[in-house]
Amino acid sequence: MPPSHSAPGRTAARVMLQIALLLALACLPWFAEKYYVQFVARILIMGILAMSLDLLLGYTGLVSFGHAAFYGVAAYSLAMLTPAYQAAWFWTSFPLAVLGAAAAGLAIGFFVVRTHGIYFIMVTLAFAQMLFFLFHDTRIAGGNDGIYIDVRPDTTILGWKPFDLERYDQVYLLVLVLFALVWMFLRILLRSRFGHVLVGIRVNEHRMRSLGFETFRYKLACFTIAAALAGIAGYLSALQFGVVNPEFMGWHQSAAVMMMVILGGMGTLIGPVLGASAWMLLELGFQSLPVAGSIDLGKHWQLWMGAFIVLTALLLPSGLLGAWSALWRRLHHQTPALDADDPVAKP
Amino acid sequence: MKGATILGKDRAPVLATQGLTRHFGGLTAVNDVSIELMMGTIHAVIGPNGAGKSTLMNLLSGDLFPSAGHIHLEGDAITHCTPPQRSLRGLGRSYQKTNVFLPLTVFENARLAAQSRAGSSLRFFRPVLHEATINERAQLAIDAAGLGARSDRVVATLSHGEQRQVEIAMALATAPRVLLLDEPLAGMGAEESSAIVQLLARLRESHAILLVEHDMDAVFSLADTLTVMVNGTVLESGPPAFIRSSAAVQAAYLGGDENMHA
Ligand SMILES: Nc1ncnc2c1ncn2[C@@H]1O[C@H](COP(=O)(O)OP(=O)(O)O)[C@@H](O)[C@H]1O
Ligand SMILES: [Mg+2]
Repeated sequence: MPPSHSAPGRTAARVMLQIALLLALACLPWFAEKYYVQFVARILIMGILAMSLDLLLGYTGLVSFGHAAFYGVAAYSLAMLTPAYQAAWFWTSFPLAVLGAAAAGLAIGFFVVRTHGIYFIMVTLAFAQMLFFLFHDTRIAGGNDGIYIDVRPDTTILGWKPFDLERYDQVYLLVLVLFALVWMFLRILLRSRFGHVLVGIRVNEHRMRSLGFETFRYKLACFTIAAALAGIAGYLSALQFGVVNPEFMGWHQSAAVMMMVILGGMGTLIGPVLGASAWMLLELGFQSLPVAGSIDLGKHWQLWMGAFIVLTALLLPSGLLGAWSALWRRLHHQTPALDADDPVAKP
Repeated sequence: MKGATILGKDRAPVLATQGLTRHFGGLTAVNDVSIELMMGTIHAVIGPNGAGKSTLMNLLSGDLFPSAGHIHLEGDAITHCTPPQRSLRGLGRSYQKTNVFLPLTVFENARLAAQSRAGSSLRFFRPVLHEATINERAQLAIDAAGLGARSDRVVATLSHGEQRQVEIAMALATAPRVLLLDEPLAGMGAEESSAIVQLLARLRESHAILLVEHDMDAVFSLADTLTVMVNGTVLESGPPAFIRSSAAVQAAYLGGDENMHA
């Protein structure tokens, strides 16, 4: 009998809690103003991006420093599929953008997953920078200024319009649904054979090879899937902002999402989402700091953000989630145990 | 020796090397080694530390590539095959320096090993928990290695000897025909050690086992053939009685007890 599965009661409670949270989030547009609804949508989009990076970073041990490239490729795909002053069709532009990101992931992954450690970090960054300068320095998509999406994608099927993406609340609901789907997809994926192979590769790739796993194949598949999921985030981002510029795939963006994952807690699904929320809230909080005397505190928000990251790294080495579970165990006098719902054991 | 006879165990070797050589810079760790491993037998390789036994194992498993020489597995040249290719062809190994998945449980270690035999792992949806064949094979390997009571323990929390047993469970879970065991008993208590000796005696029937081991009692009780290596070269090879009485081995190795447990 396979050991270590959680009590059915606990799993059921967990699922109920997740559904309740989802429903609560779905009600947000009826209570909150446009600004906050869009803000939560941005958090969810960053949550998708952070989860997709965590598949590489936390589960497989692939420290990709160029993950924003795929986010950007999908965002540009929507921009370039949108004709001037007209709408693209959602049902083709969305799959095409995600496929575009996946194809970029497959092509780049083919080269980068052969490298290890510091070289992997370097080549992922190098590829992302190549894409950045391709869009920045050429006129294929508006260059430095970026490109506007004048009209948001149309969802009409045979005269019936299931949702209207010109409405911010419906964009929010689309984001929420896709967020939930990505979450579920990753949950299932991580419990499958494939998910277990990824963890094995992170823990001891050499041993995986001597057990008969051609690890290149699995790492490439993982890199491609992560790129496709980042593409979902990129499409939604472009859709919400209505403009795409090279910053979408800049290394600042790659670094920010990496910090969200680390801040929240690597190797879990909830960690990156917590990290993304904390990051966005802090950004907002620091930006709205008042002017104190002759110093505009809010203008220097990046300074406070930097200080916060340094403090977290020193005080909470396993991220917000790690700190939370340590506190929980302390309150309940539990000894550390592996999360049975999660195939990952932290090293 | 004249060509293989048709009788009993004297068939073609399962695993054979010809002139296997490996240099590390100026050092020749393995020098012109030709050995043969028959199905249903245990072939022990002994020799002092630094003799090149682990390097030989690494050449056979593909962790290292030879500077010269050939390796054949069941008649096919595998000299240029990668470790995963060799593993899938039926070559299983354990490592001298424990090489397992420390943060995972014993069961998860064995399951990953078993999973490698269940076809492609590019399967994304079905939970591994429900893959009955994989889970059963993992559990059988754990029980065979004597770790039945430790299934749920995280390997990092086990004793050194138990981690050695995890090595063996993983090697078994890949259902190999050829087993390469690099000092499987090192660091085990007397009880576990004799349990593993019994296990190897049982496995012999359906496997070809290449055993590197310092425990001479175990070696002489198990081995059908012994190869003595010194400084990368084969000093002597033959049945245990022959090795025991060999003057060269006496002089170089067996006589000097201080080398054996260095
Ligand atoms: N990767 C390596 N690089 C350089 N020298 C090595 C390497 N591996 C083994 N050696 C050297 O090769 C010789 C044989 O080592 P090894 O095969 O581990 O011996 P044994 O297993 O018989 O104790 C030793 O002198 C060792 O230092
Ligand atoms: Mg050795």
